[in-house]
Amino acid sequence: MISLIQLFAFAFVTFAASRAVLRAKDKKITVFELFFWLCIWGGLIIVVFFPELTSYLADVVGIGRGIDVIIYTSIGLLFYMIFRLYVKFEENEREITQLVREIAIMKKKK
Amino acid sequence: MDIFVVIPAYNEEKKIGIVLKSLKNAGYENIVVVDDGSKDRTFEIAKENSYALMHVLNRGQGAAIKTGIDFALSKNAKVIVTFDADGQFLVEDIKKMAEPIIKKMADITLGSRFLGKAINIPYSKKIVLKLGVIFVFLLYGIKITDSQCGLRAFSSDAAKKIKVTSDRMEHAADFFSEIMRNKLIYLEVPITVLYDKYSLKKGQSWARSIDLGINMILKKLMR
Repeated sequence: MISLIQLFAFAFVTFAASRAVLRAKDKKITVFELFFWLCIWGGLIIVVFFPELTSYLADVVGIGRGIDVIIYTSIGLLFYMIFRLYVKFEENEREITQLVREIAIMKKKK
Repeated sequence: MDIFVVIPAYNEEKKIGIVLKSLKNAGYENIVVVDDGSKDRTFEIAKENSYALMHVLNRGQGAAIKTGIDFALSKNAKVIVTFDADGQFLVEDIKKMAEPIIKKMADITLGSRFLGKAINIPYSKKIVLKLGVIFVFLLYGIKITDSQCGLRAFSSDAAKKIKVTSDRMEHAADFFSEIMRNKLIYLEVPITVLYDKYSLKKGQSWARSIDLGINMILKKLMR
């Protein structure tokens, strides 16, 4: 019997994964990034459909409950991704300023 | 002596004209106004009496100062003085700022309204600035009396060495960390800052100052 949450998760993952594939097709993300996202979404499906697997995982790493393993990993991953975004964002900001500066100076020199 | 006056300006159409005229009258020929994406007529007004450069997007005061410094260096400036567009500074003080650099007594001079005069300064502003002084000492080990003064002067060598990487207001901190990193000789010069309704409205709020402090700490940690 499929529960409601499983149905939702399946619909969401299908959507998210298809987005990732389309982006990869357009060469907006690299094959590696596609692989990364497919692993994330695939992992989600496995966890939602076979929750007992997480208890096994919990035993292995020594965390009480299966769901906790998932939550800890997710939070860790989220922090890491926010950090990466932050770095990227700062880099973009610097580059925009650089561009604006070059344009300002170039226009004046003409 | 080739003194270049660099003025970052953002929506300063009301004051920039007067400021530029008084600079011209005092004999300063090399004035670089960097219009930081103003929405008003700042650029048009500045064009009449200065090298006016335009940022097509607003990038912040630090970014504008850096653009002005880069441009001045490309024109072989010997001394670069940064000045405010809102008429808070006295034109006569530029000379005082530039002198120690011309005489090679310092690589960089920092204006101090607390060694000089801060006319009509509100109490809250005073507290924020004093806190800034303590803050700069704790973070960079530099003893100064005024941490946020926009009136600064650089020798061309110092200007080339200093890397201003902060676009927004944190650039004040960049100067301190760059002074330390490059072991530059700095000197504080007493100057006068006038506070009126206009400058107070445009000035930094308390919240902005706290934000600035946090940013300075983050920057220090990330380095």
